[in-house]
Amino acid sequence: MENKLKRIYKSIKKLEGDIPIYRRVTLSRVLQISALMILIFLVISAVSLLAGSVHIDFSHVLRYLAKALTGDFSITSQEEVILFSVRLPRIIFAGIVGASLSLGGVVFQAILRNPLADPYILGISGGSALGAIIGILLGASSFYLGVPLLAFVGALVTVFLVFIVAGGTRGPLLDNSLLLSGVVVNAFFSAAILFFLSIVNSMELHSITFWLMGDLSRASIKEICVAAFCLFAGFVLLYAQARKLNLIVQGEDTALQLGVNIERTKQWLLVVTSLIIAVAVSLAGIIGFVGIMVPHFMRLIFGSDHRLLLPVSALFGASFLIVADTIARVVFAPAELPVGVITALCGAPYFIFLLKRKAR
Amino acid sequence: MSIISAENINFSYAAKPVMEDVSFAIDEAQIVAIIGPNGSGKTTLLKIINGTLFPDAGQMLIDGKGTSRWSRKDIAQKVAIVPQETAVVFPFYAEEIVLMGRFPHLSNYRFEDKKDYRIVHEAMEKTDTLAFATRRFDELSAGERQRVLIARALAQEPKVLLLDESTVFLDLKHQAQFLALLRQLNTVQQLTVIFVTHDINLAAQHADRIILLYSGKIYAIGKPAEVITAANIKEVYDVDSLIDQNPQSGLPRMTLLT
Repeated sequence: MENKLKRIYKSIKKLEGDIPIYRRVTLSRVLQISALMILIFLVISAVSLLAGSVHIDFSHVLRYLAKALTGDFSITSQEEVILFSVRLPRIIFAGIVGASLSLGGVVFQAILRNPLADPYILGISGGSALGAIIGILLGASSFYLGVPLLAFVGALVTVFLVFIVAGGTRGPLLDNSLLLSGVVVNAFFSAAILFFLSIVNSMELHSITFWLMGDLSRASIKEICVAAFCLFAGFVLLYAQARKLNLIVQGEDTALQLGVNIERTKQWLLVVTSLIIAVAVSLAGIIGFVGIMVPHFMRLIFGSDHRLLLPVSALFGASFLIVADTIARVVFAPAELPVGVITALCGAPYFIFLLKRKAR
Repeated sequence: MSIISAENINFSYAAKPVMEDVSFAIDEAQIVAIIGPNGSGKTTLLKIINGTLFPDAGQMLIDGKGTSRWSRKDIAQKVAIVPQETAVVFPFYAEEIVLMGRFPHLSNYRFEDKKDYRIVHEAMEKTDTLAFATRRFDELSAGERQRVLIARALAQEPKVLLLDESTVFLDLKHQAQFLALLRQLNTVQQLTVIFVTHDINLAAQHADRIILLYSGKIYAIGKPAEVITAANIKEVYDVDSLIDQNPQSGLPRMTLLT
């Protein structure tokens, strides 16, 4: 009886997010949990593959998959077109974007020592949006990769600007000045975006608004491959810094005295993370809440050690955005909602829940 | 050769000089206290010693090599500091905090192995922190947190331990335990200890030598009996005091006269 009560108490504690049991982060634990998250990711992807405005029988899907596994990639039916040319690339892309944003969130929250930071906080969103808008207005949409390329340039220019404003070229990169200059640069870009929105004609306004809302369907296979490569390479580079991230969140003095060359490490983290996010944003547009919510949620469950936090956030972020995008595709099928609407609809209640929990 | 030596160190924060022409040498296995009024540069001196700040002029040598020529990781293997307090933003567990002390000894992709966990366990045993190893660091009391930070510094296996008022939050029992531990590490493992304190009697009782700082300069340096004098205390702290001898140790003992 007493044991049962204890168990119930423990599970309630768990729901509250206060993990009562400390578990060491070892290589085998990281691998086990990652494997579990990969499994979840695969199941979700499979379900998402089946969901959509056109019903495709499960047995058909298995048959097509079996055919693809034998090395026969020829696409012969309408159903195969929908599965492999429409849904599958989109699912993969949603996964990549979700993982990129979540990784970005984890790293920025750590560098800025602020649990409410998100991947857009240093102005990458504003910069890429401005780049994209200029691209759309100049008619870059008619060139291959025209708009995403300009968005990417916009994002990089912003990070560079923030870096200069924060004084990173002169001395140590302080988290506060980084945060402040991010906010300032973002505000400036928002003003510029509003200016453009107020002077364009309605056709252009429509395509700009669509870009701003974020859309996971427009990336081509080639672009998806590029994004996948950037994410993978970026993850490997970031993971090498995982233990340093643990020290950095303890404060600059602590990190320094424990042996982290903090300036170089921070610059490196900033560059790698910004590239991952810039790629994701320039191809998918701005999708909110993923990058702030996922790291937060993962930290509640798995603790703050980045050696575990980085992989689980990436994998959970991927799964989460696939679910959100599937919902966006399905609820009003054949019409589609912007996926950002779904992520925001999940995000806001989550933070209210957190706030309530803290207040208690 | 001295393990730590300062040669004519000058340092200033944004044109405000905090350290002027400071020179001293500390031998291995010495226990040295740094005392002085608020703003006399005690914490700054500690930061210069462990190479997180670099002097504007002069140089700080560890094992005869200037701190700016050491890599951060190499210094961290040699010198550990117990800070006054740490701000906690994200939830970490006490054991995780102590494990961070192993950072300078590990390469990037490596996880801690049995040996690291053994060292961490020992450090926590010595600081009486094992009981809350699995509790969240931010939920501990100030004294408990301080002991965890001491354990982290011990897990670094340093040759030199720097303490920045590391006993202020400790209760009497843990203070006594900690001082005994320092003595033991000092005699058995030849650990060099440099501690900053406001407690003159603590410094007089436990330090082999005392450095008395006064507005960024060394006002006096030497054995406790040489530094702790009524005249020095009056000049530096602007208070009247009675200095007599501790009947047990024969070391100077200060009582404030008000």
